[in-house]
Amino acid sequence: MIALEKRPQPSQVWSVATPVIAVLATMVFGGILFAVLGKNPVEAIRTIFWEPLFGEHSFYYRPQLLVKGAPLVLIAIGLSLGFRAGIWNIGAEGQYIMGAIVGAGVGLAFYPMEAWFIFPLMVIAGALGGWVWAMIPAVLKVRFGTNEILVSLMLVYVAEQLLASMSLGLLKNPEGYGFPGSRNLQQYPSAHNADLIEGSGMHWGVVAAMIAVIFAYVLLNRHMRGFHIRLAGEAPRAARFAGVSPPRLILFCMGLSGALAGLAGLFEVSGPSGQISIDFNVGYGFTAIIVAFLGRLHPFGILLAGLLMALTYIGGDIAQSQMGLPAAAIQVFQGMLLFFLLAFDLLTNYRIRIGKAGVA
Amino acid sequence: MDLSAINPVLLLASLMVAATPILLAAIGELVVERAGVLNLGVEGMMIVGAITGFAISVETGSPWLGFLAAAAGGAVLALLFALLTQVALANQVASGLALTLFGLGLSSLMGQSYVGIKPPHFAEIDIPLFSDIPVLGPILFAQDPILYLGLALVAGTWAVLKYTRAGLILRAVGENHDAAHALGYKVVRIRVLAILFGGACAGLGGAYISLVRVPQWTEGMTAGAGWIALALVVFASWKPWRVLIGAWLFGGITVLQLNLQAAGVAIPVEYLAMSPYLVTILVLVILSADKSSAPASLGRTFHAST
Amino acid sequence: MKLTKLLATAALALGMATTAMADKTKVGFVYVGPVGDGGWTYEHDQGRKAVVEAFGDKVETVYVESVPEGPDAERVMTQMALNGADLIFATSFGYMDAVQNVAKKFPKVKFEHATGYKTAPNVSVYSARFYEGRAVQGTIAGRMTKSNIIGYIASFPIPEVIRGINSAYIHAKKVNPDVEFKIVWVYTWFDPAKEADAAKTLIEQGADVILQHTDSTAPQAAAQKAGNVITFGQASDMAEYAPLPRVSSIIDNWGPYYVRRTKAVMDGTWESVSTWDGIREGMVKIGEISSAVPGDVKAEAEALRDAIAAGEYHPFTGPLNKQDGTPWLKEGEVADDGTLLGMNFYVEGIEGEIPQ
Repeated sequence: MIALEKRPQPSQVWSVATPVIAVLATMVFGGILFAVLGKNPVEAIRTIFWEPLFGEHSFYYRPQLLVKGAPLVLIAIGLSLGFRAGIWNIGAEGQYIMGAIVGAGVGLAFYPMEAWFIFPLMVIAGALGGWVWAMIPAVLKVRFGTNEILVSLMLVYVAEQLLASMSLGLLKNPEGYGFPGSRNLQQYPSAHNADLIEGSGMHWGVVAAMIAVIFAYVLLNRHMRGFHIRLAGEAPRAARFAGVSPPRLILFCMGLSGALAGLAGLFEVSGPSGQISIDFNVGYGFTAIIVAFLGRLHPFGILLAGLLMALTYIGGDIAQSQMGLPAAAIQVFQGMLLFFLLAFDLLTNYRIRIGKAGVA
Repeated sequence: MDLSAINPVLLLASLMVAATPILLAAIGELVVERAGVLNLGVEGMMIVGAITGFAISVETGSPWLGFLAAAAGGAVLALLFALLTQVALANQVASGLALTLFGLGLSSLMGQSYVGIKPPHFAEIDIPLFSDIPVLGPILFAQDPILYLGLALVAGTWAVLKYTRAGLILRAVGENHDAAHALGYKVVRIRVLAILFGGACAGLGGAYISLVRVPQWTEGMTAGAGWIALALVVFASWKPWRVLIGAWLFGGITVLQLNLQAAGVAIPVEYLAMSPYLVTILVLVILSADKSSAPASLGRTFHAST
Repeated sequence: MKLTKLLATAALALGMATTAMADKTKVGFVYVGPVGDGGWTYEHDQGRKAVVEAFGDKVETVYVESVPEGPDAERVMTQMALNGADLIFATSFGYMDAVQNVAKKFPKVKFEHATGYKTAPNVSVYSARFYEGRAVQGTIAGRMTKSNIIGYIASFPIPEVIRGINSAYIHAKKVNPDVEFKIVWVYTWFDPAKEADAAKTLIEQGADVILQHTDSTAPQAAAQKAGNVITFGQASDMAEYAPLPRVSSIIDNWGPYYVRRTKAVMDGTWESVSTWDGIREGMVKIGEISSAVPGDVKAEAEALRDAIAAGEYHPFTGPLNKQDGTPWLKEGEVADDGTLLGMNFYVEGIEGEIPQ
């Protein structure tokens, strides 16, 4: 008889050890998968995990880890605050799109004027775009008690349709020979979110992600609002006695996560991506949910989880082109990694007892 | 513009076909959510069902075996979700998203050698005499068996939830798992069974796309149907018959907008395409007046502490 | 600046290393979809296989599938260049600016961008004159339809698609003045279920010919089920639906071009060009016209195909008016490529508006 016993306190040792075990387990099972597909498993694992970090061309891949990881971390930090308070915003993908559309729209409205204030205005607009999109489920929840999981999810599809409409209509590049997609903001200096030091991958989005990590850490550990968030999630009734106003908490958490997602979208569209197009969004908003949980909803955990996800993307692409692994195999591999990380988390919060039937 | 070109009978008949995959997946998810579990991996289970069903029916030549295998395939993937959320007590939202990612990858690996193949034909049942009835005949009595299975599942789910002890227990588990546990019900076991049922239904829905509605295998062919199924459950406020209405509405808007376009009506396609989602939100708001609609334990992890 | 140099040196060093090592030419392919999509990406991968077949040991090909447009594409191409690719084919319009960025960093590496319009000293663009194939389709469609209603499943309102509609319409009208086009925009390149619905809708509204500008075979299956409806394969031959409903097809045939360009890199004769090839060069192939088409119609279609191939006939030859009746091309005048590339209007006779 195997029984689970809840630990009074999450285990410090296991919270560090489980991610490591999960990664090792993924390597074993992923290796088996690659071997079945007829590829050298050791080589494949090495290519995915080692090559981007320490391989021959790591000087290029390391900055790319920041580029790929920053939006994930930025969105996941915002989401994690809500998740901790039991507020489920799973529509970050939509807020990301709206931030990009509104932010890029403001930038393009000024085209071709060059001025220092354009980019800051775009940043504000991007945050606002995401914020407004997140306020819809938030206000509906506060006012009518509507389920925010579902409303925010529905709004993702609405945002995707808006994106298609914008790429084909209002924001279409007038000099683009009728092809869908906006002007490229990389070629519009006042609106370009360029690398701060060229080739470092450090654009404003990376800076914002790092600030967000620190901000979230301080908020959660040093600030009353952060205490309320944790309290609302862990003991809702106690929170009410402590004077936490649920509506205000909902508006705060949803609004903040929406604004951060919007910012991520704006930094992406004005930087690495460059333009609004039909397929601008690549699922960062959904992946960020996974990143938030992989990081155990802890700011520094999220930072590491975001970089780990970025690593599997980049390493996966390298494995595809160098070893001929199909993209689907990489996807399955990532899925496995998530499963193991989620499953082994059990050990952090629970103790496994063997042989004492009847106690549990 | 020529609205007379739209034949309402044919429109309704093809609306029912368009609605079937999401109907199947949604009725399964409804049972899962009624048991208090939120499985966001519907898309992943559907696509795995689509390829398993396709592969088996190509190999055996029998669409029936294909559908059976699709249900099994969806259930096996759902079992993974059950292990994660019910045994390892992992977060349901994250597990469901991971399941979708995994399922999409797995299906394209499985399907590599099935691209560009035609599956065996799955014949419609023409119910004699009835199918000749004008108007109703082609809509109701000349469809394929799985479509009828979908309708039967709706009726069955409704009856079981409403009138049987099993349904009562399932709902109790979904409303308050601690109380249900205190009453001596096996919360985990019931939820695992519900999750497996949900997976099987999603698998059937996926196979309906790859074997009947399209029919072919291509990577990513479910193209978001699983997410629509999730929306549908909410739209229906967790009531089986409303799922049916919702599926027809969702399927109907797609078919209708194509019909309007073909008839030469200038409509903004993107805006019509968002309308089902906006309608769902509206329904959610209206329903929220009725506080009892969502299962109270939805999405919460259950651990029997002593 | 520093990194650019570093990258370039690394590429140079590697490029020399590879040439010195095995004398193998390394060719990279970046795909927007999975190779199993049975349409667009599938045909590009067939082109890659043609390169392997043509050069055997002298060439090494690598590819990455399902690469999203934007920074991911840029990274994948950079990675290929770093690993010693001599030639990179980027096979989606949305890769355009990413190609430009990477090409600047690797002046020694040659880039080929499909369906775009931005070139550079080491970037060529190539595309196919699919509208030539549409002319042949239109002719068959116009002759074969009994209801005089032709259904057209269109993806996105972009010049490429509009050009195809116009070309098909002009030639259907030419052989059958009563013909009418019903156009449905599905806003996707690939969604089998939606394509099936679109085909069914068109058939229910009386169309007995379905033309598609989306990549799945779903409309073929829908037509087969309905019976008495003909279709055309799109992107790939879709021969599994021949002889009915599929009576012919337009095949994207990238192989010859890919082989030619790879050869040019091997010989050191590669130059930046803008290629827009059609039936004549073999980039657009007309799939076997099936036995379901009467002999005289088949002969007429093949004659048109051959005239286009010989350069004797251009599908957009005046007199042609725009939809609103304003004159576009005078008698005997031929459309210039610039107008064709940016085509954003219907020709006279087509009903409905292009959605915006």
